[in-house]
Amino acid sequence: MKANCWIRPNEVEVTDVPDPKILNSRDAIVKITSTAICGSDLHLLDGYVPTMQQGDVMGHEFMGEVVEVGSGVDRDRLRVGDRVVVPFPIGCGACAACRSQLWSCCENTNPNAGVAEKMFGHPVAGIYGYSHLTGGFAGGQAEYARVVLADVNPLKIESDLTDEQVLFLSDILPTGYMGAEMCEITDGDVVAVWGAGPVGQFAMDSARVLGAAKVIAIDDVPYRLAMAAAQGYETIDFSDTDVRSALLALTGGRGPDKCIDAVGMEATHGAAHVDLYDRAKQAVRSETDRPHALRQAIMSCRSGGIVSVIGVYGGFVDKFPAGSWMNRSLTLRTGQCHVQRYMRPLLERIERGEIDPTRVITHRLPLSETPHGYDLFKNKREGCEKVVVSP
Amino acid sequence: MELTSTTTVTRPPEEVYAFWRRLDRLPTFMAHLDEVRTTDGRRTHWTASAPFGRSVEWDAETTEDVPGERIAWRSLDGAAVPNSGQVRFVPAPGGRGTEVYVLLSYEMPGGALGKAAATYFGEEPSQQLDDDLRRFKQVLETGEVIRSDGAPRGKQARGEFPQHPAQPLTDEEFTEALA
Repeated sequence: MKANCWIRPNEVEVTDVPDPKILNSRDAIVKITSTAICGSDLHLLDGYVPTMQQGDVMGHEFMGEVVEVGSGVDRDRLRVGDRVVVPFPIGCGACAACRSQLWSCCENTNPNAGVAEKMFGHPVAGIYGYSHLTGGFAGGQAEYARVVLADVNPLKIESDLTDEQVLFLSDILPTGYMGAEMCEITDGDVVAVWGAGPVGQFAMDSARVLGAAKVIAIDDVPYRLAMAAAQGYETIDFSDTDVRSALLALTGGRGPDKCIDAVGMEATHGAAHVDLYDRAKQAVRSETDRPHALRQAIMSCRSGGIVSVIGVYGGFVDKFPAGSWMNRSLTLRTGQCHVQRYMRPLLERIERGEIDPTRVITHRLPLSETPHGYDLFKNKREGCEKVVVSP
Repeated sequence: MELTSTTTVTRPPEEVYAFWRRLDRLPTFMAHLDEVRTTDGRRTHWTASAPFGRSVEWDAETTEDVPGERIAWRSLDGAAVPNSGQVRFVPAPGGRGTEVYVLLSYEMPGGALGKAAATYFGEEPSQQLDDDLRRFKQVLETGEVIRSDGAPRGKQARGEFPQHPAQPLTDEEFTEALA
């Protein structure tokens, strides 16, 4: 089959690879009908996530039709012919983490847990197409994919919603939603979101759905800010505006009640010297992540507020504003999304028309043009917000 | 040399004990063991892989067996690397299942054999046992050792870096991985 593979930093390529096979008895094979390129794929493309290997199949946002199930799959839960969306973290449903709905921290699904444990102190779940640190599972930017523990993870789609309406239940919609949910939004809250990429857009939509009085988008890409403005959100362009001052001006001097970092480890900074400082440190690996958005969110949040982090960090950050965080009673909440926890309730919100996930799609490409999609998305060409790929 | 490791399994102590008590199942999750065969009652015959593709064999006897609580064994005279092991099963607080505490002891011989054994265990000898227990937990909680394209041989994951790429296996690789 054809699959989009990681070759080396800044190079992915669609090549022929073997078809996936049943490796564990509870596996299923899914014929992929739609897949997507995620912002976190760019961290892999850029070479900031260790343990990538040449030939790794990329992609962790995918859906399709079940074409084969292993002998151990509970047929009451999944059968050949089912149409499914596959959540990006692989859960087992049986360990303490999964039972507590902390699916992305599953204790059983990462064969390389020992390596992850060295890096993070405790291991994390397996993730499709997301380095060997998260297990070395082939991803879904391909014609077929092997789905692990297939009777507990995928969400069956039994209505006539289109692929584009439900595909993002695999990652970015639940991720954005969890970012807003962690904010514990109450009536009257002002929520600021750093990053107006797809996850940031869904964090904004979710904040509105959960009752935020005002939502503010912070980015430096004009078309992304325009996309947020079109939804009625306030916008701040950090390339020409001091973010903290602008946030004070929009909140009667209080600062946002809740702040969401939907940027993560490869942030850029409006002040060139600060940006250069972190780029230099990251380049020589004395800091793995550039945490501008996180620093700014902490400094900007009102005292007693919540800073919710859904942008991906991989290692260590420098100059973490611990003083601001501690002295002003801030709460820091975070996590890779526990997708399985949110898929069904969010499917219902899509069915009720409360959230329209298709609004972020700007590009539709065949699988053969996936590398071009990475280029459009990474370099923000042609107004690229979200690329959906059809095998 | 003593190796210790521990894990928590979301199953009651009786069930976790019962799984471990079938010593012949240890090779399904312990990387270095090829086979454990019960020879008579309390006696077992163990086969383990050694460096350079060789294998070592020895006989052992169960020295303690307290249902739901504890199992212990030790090698009999004649083992090249005399060894013993014990595992305790303790109810985890808050109804979280069972805490499993494992202690393995090896009397490392001198000379070339001792050197080879030390190399085999590497700089962090407990790491292998940690991984063994992780797989023990996987088998009890999910039914089997989870395999990925990068680590298709399941229990040999640690020894495989750099791994197979995270792409599906060829037919030959598939046959070999499941052998």
